[in-house]
Amino acid sequence: MKYLYFPGCSAEATGRAYDASARACAAALDIELVDLEDWNCCGSTSYFSIRELESFGVSARNLAIAQEMGGMDLIATCNACYTILAKTNRYFMDDPTLHEEINEALAAAGRRYDGNVRVRHLLDVIVNDLGLEAVSARVRRRLSKLRVACYYGCQLSRPMGTFDDPEFPVTMDQLVEAVGGEPIDYPVKTKCCGGMLMLTQEDAALKLCHEVLQGAAQKGADVIITACPLCEMNVEAYQPMVNKAYGTDFHIPVMYFTQLLGVALGIDDRTLELDKQLVPVGGVLAKVPV
Amino acid sequence: MVELETTEGVRQLHKIFLDDVYGIPGGEKIKLCQQCGTCTGSCPTSYLMDYGPREVIAFFRAGMIEQVVKSNTIWLCTSCYYCTVRCPAGIKITDIMYELKRLAIKYESWPDESKNPAMSKIFIDYVEKYGRNYELGLMAKFTLTQKLSLGWKFKNLGLKLFTSGRLPVKPHSIKGRDELTKIVDVLASKEVAQ
Amino acid sequence: MAGEKIGVYVCHCGSNIAGKVDVDEVTRWAAEQPNVAVAREYKYMCSDPGQDLIKRDIKEHGITRAVVAACSPTMHEPTFRKAAGDGGLNPFLLQMANIREHCSWVTEDGAAATDKAKRILGAQIHRLPLNVPLEPIEVPVNANVMVVGGGIAGIEAALKLAATGKKVYLIEREPSIGGHMAMFDKTFPTLDCAACILTPKMSAAGKEPNIEMLAYSEVTEVDGYVGNFKVKVKKKARFIDTDKCTGCGLCTEACVVRKVPSEFDQGLSKRSAVYIPFPQAVPLRATIDSTRCLTLTGKKCKQPCVAACGPAAIDFEQQDDTVELEVGAIIMATGFELWDSRKEQRYGCGKLDDVITSLEFERISNASGPTGGHILCKDGEAPKSVAILHCVGSRDENYQEFCSRVCCMYSLKFSHLIKEHLPETEVYECYIDMRSYGKGYEEFYKRIMDEGVNFIRGRAAEVTDVALEKGEEGHLIVRVEDTLLGITRRLPVDMVILSAGLAPRADAKATAQIFGFGCSANGFYLERHPKLEPVSTVTDGIFIAGCCQYPKDIPDTVAQAGAAAACALALVDNATVKVEPTISYIDHEKCSGCHICVGVCPHAAIQYNEEKGVAEVVEAACKGCGVCVAACGSGVPQQRGYLDEQIFAEIEGALAV
Repeated sequence: MKYLYFPGCSAEATGRAYDASARACAAALDIELVDLEDWNCCGSTSYFSIRELESFGVSARNLAIAQEMGGMDLIATCNACYTILAKTNRYFMDDPTLHEEINEALAAAGRRYDGNVRVRHLLDVIVNDLGLEAVSARVRRRLSKLRVACYYGCQLSRPMGTFDDPEFPVTMDQLVEAVGGEPIDYPVKTKCCGGMLMLTQEDAALKLCHEVLQGAAQKGADVIITACPLCEMNVEAYQPMVNKAYGTDFHIPVMYFTQLLGVALGIDDRTLELDKQLVPVGGVLAKVPV
Repeated sequence: MVELETTEGVRQLHKIFLDDVYGIPGGEKIKLCQQCGTCTGSCPTSYLMDYGPREVIAFFRAGMIEQVVKSNTIWLCTSCYYCTVRCPAGIKITDIMYELKRLAIKYESWPDESKNPAMSKIFIDYVEKYGRNYELGLMAKFTLTQKLSLGWKFKNLGLKLFTSGRLPVKPHSIKGRDELTKIVDVLASKEVAQ
Repeated sequence: MAGEKIGVYVCHCGSNIAGKVDVDEVTRWAAEQPNVAVAREYKYMCSDPGQDLIKRDIKEHGITRAVVAACSPTMHEPTFRKAAGDGGLNPFLLQMANIREHCSWVTEDGAAATDKAKRILGAQIHRLPLNVPLEPIEVPVNANVMVVGGGIAGIEAALKLAATGKKVYLIEREPSIGGHMAMFDKTFPTLDCAACILTPKMSAAGKEPNIEMLAYSEVTEVDGYVGNFKVKVKKKARFIDTDKCTGCGLCTEACVVRKVPSEFDQGLSKRSAVYIPFPQAVPLRATIDSTRCLTLTGKKCKQPCVAACGPAAIDFEQQDDTVELEVGAIIMATGFELWDSRKEQRYGCGKLDDVITSLEFERISNASGPTGGHILCKDGEAPKSVAILHCVGSRDENYQEFCSRVCCMYSLKFSHLIKEHLPETEVYECYIDMRSYGKGYEEFYKRIMDEGVNFIRGRAAEVTDVALEKGEEGHLIVRVEDTLLGITRRLPVDMVILSAGLAPRADAKATAQIFGFGCSANGFYLERHPKLEPVSTVTDGIFIAGCCQYPKDIPDTVAQAGAAAACALALVDNATVKVEPTISYIDHEKCSGCHICVGVCPHAAIQYNEEKGVAEVVEAACKGCGVCVAACGSGVPQQRGYLDEQIFAEIEGALAV
């Protein structure tokens, strides 16, 4: 199984553990990831806020490159990258005027896009293409009843809900179950973490993170796993600040779902960059038998 | 350039924006708003907004676009899409919020407390320069130019991230920077024309 | 045929036609066409003076054919044909040319519309000489009526009809009649106890000699046509001999299977495998649930029910029994289902304790319900605060687009009931609009406002149990924007009631198909005309009443049931009914007996005559759909009024302009 891979800007920076663990898991699951050549930033929500057409154009360059590289499915790991690329793809196909304008711009750069690339999320590919049985078969370390709060964030299944329910998705929970963990049912699994607001209006973002952490803690989560570098950053790195602002005492480890999957698949801690986590995961992992 | 201060200016702006919104796929649905409040009730940051999404739509339909563009509402939108998914009239509220953001940038109108426009501008500057986001640069430039207090608040966290290798010093520059510039230029000229 | 004198009448229909089509020009043009003796235009042809024009021309000008260029035949063909008949001309020598629905209403350009009107009219002028007089077929009418559904609508219709002396079969799929109304506590706006006003009617229906009640039965097949329906009804096995059973209930107490969720109590209490749904059931007989009974599912059981039954009414060998009933008219009164609130996951129905549906609350509040009429949370404590959320699943393009009419009123009723049982409890109603349109409804709303209920105008965004602020632990939190204040609020409450809308039954479409009529886009049964014929369907002889047509309150349901009864009576009170003669006929000389038409007829109206070796049309059953005409390779079946040469003439007439 071969796919094109869009790492995303965070992959080299704050989200490097996501990239490392994603690659390691893919290798262990026999999913071949071919890096998208010379990919550029997807545009993220910031670009879209300032300029619409250029945002689509910047995003579309990646799709054009994907087409040139064989038109295989393009996997993104970051929720925001996934949504922006998928949205660009969808609007490009639905709106003939946009279609024309984008291709005119791409032509100036010597490229073109015809709409034959599918944008996928890594979670979707693992659970729906590879299948839960195949994943389960390769588990070396069952997560023996580790209570996992699957935090999907707001842009995995919204707005398009392509492979899961927009408000109460279950894909990640199913994956956790398949590797022996116990996904907890809590109502805030797709609540926004605040995203970029953490920089521009941190009191708002801290409040949102408080709700996510409280929701997970109230249902007895041992660990929170996420699918977006921004979510991971906000819910993990800012936990001390949430505690300060709200008088709470959260010390919940937060990992990328690929890191937890990697643990279950028997990949070593170093490869999964577990040491890069700011809330130590050692205690939680001690629960999991080798 | 439309003047926001005159009644005629506001009317013109309202017409421009109306056409813009109707141009979004499904944008005409804004006429079906029941003012039920599900959007504001669902919005995670509505409690901080001058006007929630529902009120924004009400203002817009009443032609009072200037209030909207001068409020902090649109910059508090995190595009979490709850409103869009739950709206019983099927209105694409998030897309309208993005449209309003662009409009506000165009008419250079936003409240001082909203730092989002500044941050977004720094973001796209880096993307256009390097082809990718430069996280250290973004955080540094933003805190230094906009929110020194933030820099101070987050200094420990910043240090931790830096020492754990999660904030590389050097930005990665892509090969196709020229391509990006060309793409952006072609589309920028189109947007001006609109 | 030469020598015919055609009268042409072009209707303005106010400005509906004249606003787009140049009617003067069309009339002038028509006057020049071959065989046209008279050409007139008039503002409203369907009015008395308009119809008189036709009658007068028959008398004074001796016209032998007529065409009215106006609206759709489905609108006024019967009107004009009757006028022709009254004037002395055979009704089938009059045709309509639809220049409204097919022309003025769907064409943008006036000149194009006028041209099209000429063509449509030209087609009819050209074919009229080929029309021949036809006589309607009279078929006898069976005077019995069947009412399908034993809720308040069905009961009411059955009682009204029985009072006129007609025999009524009342078919109900549950073990007892009563429907949803039997589950309610009090009814708005009078706060009558539902059971108190319903049970006398149930009892009357049970005792009425003219009503034959087939409870625990379902219709499986419907054949026939207006005045002559043949309906197969499956009487499901109760495994109880209903002649011997006295409804004493001792078997239900003796039964060892005790944990079956009670459907009547919305799953909030348990019943046994052998059960009586509620104490006031009519007929008051026990029923054995064959999916839960140990004996009937092949397991071992000491059968204490048999021992407990004095009259020895238990019969494990009982089989389903299908009977065929003959009736002249059918009234559908199959009711509704409550919209499944679990689909709206953000309210936590089915996941969070104490988020309950409206029907669940009716049972909780009801003195004969699972809590003996005490309003209690799952933990057995009375709630100190309750939120009632309106419009669950309604007015929402993601679920049901329509407004369900009764939910605002029943929500107000709930507020009242809570305040009555628990005066200290805070009640919040989260609504978008307050729809209190009926008699006494607005006054009821004011009364509830007076009782100190908190009204928050805002559709609830979500219900969770995640406690974020002080005082929220252990509560359900409703997040809602109070739109009148412009503030987003978090309401910590102990109980949330979801006012879900009424939905069509899951099998509504399948049921309609069995009977031969259709459903509207929202899934409810389709009425013949939304304003003028709300209780008829497009199928003659089949009527609808109650919530199966669209959500409505009890007063409107009872009114509709009466209307449907009147329509049914108008039909079956006559000895015969006239059926359209525009049906198929088969020339025996030409038929080769190949059977193709027999198989293709959707109404089973063609039979093969073994003796003669040809196919024959059963005239009364034929609906004139024309499928046999198209299917026959030799072109033998022909449809009166739509013969091949008549249709070709229409085509020629349209193209000749």
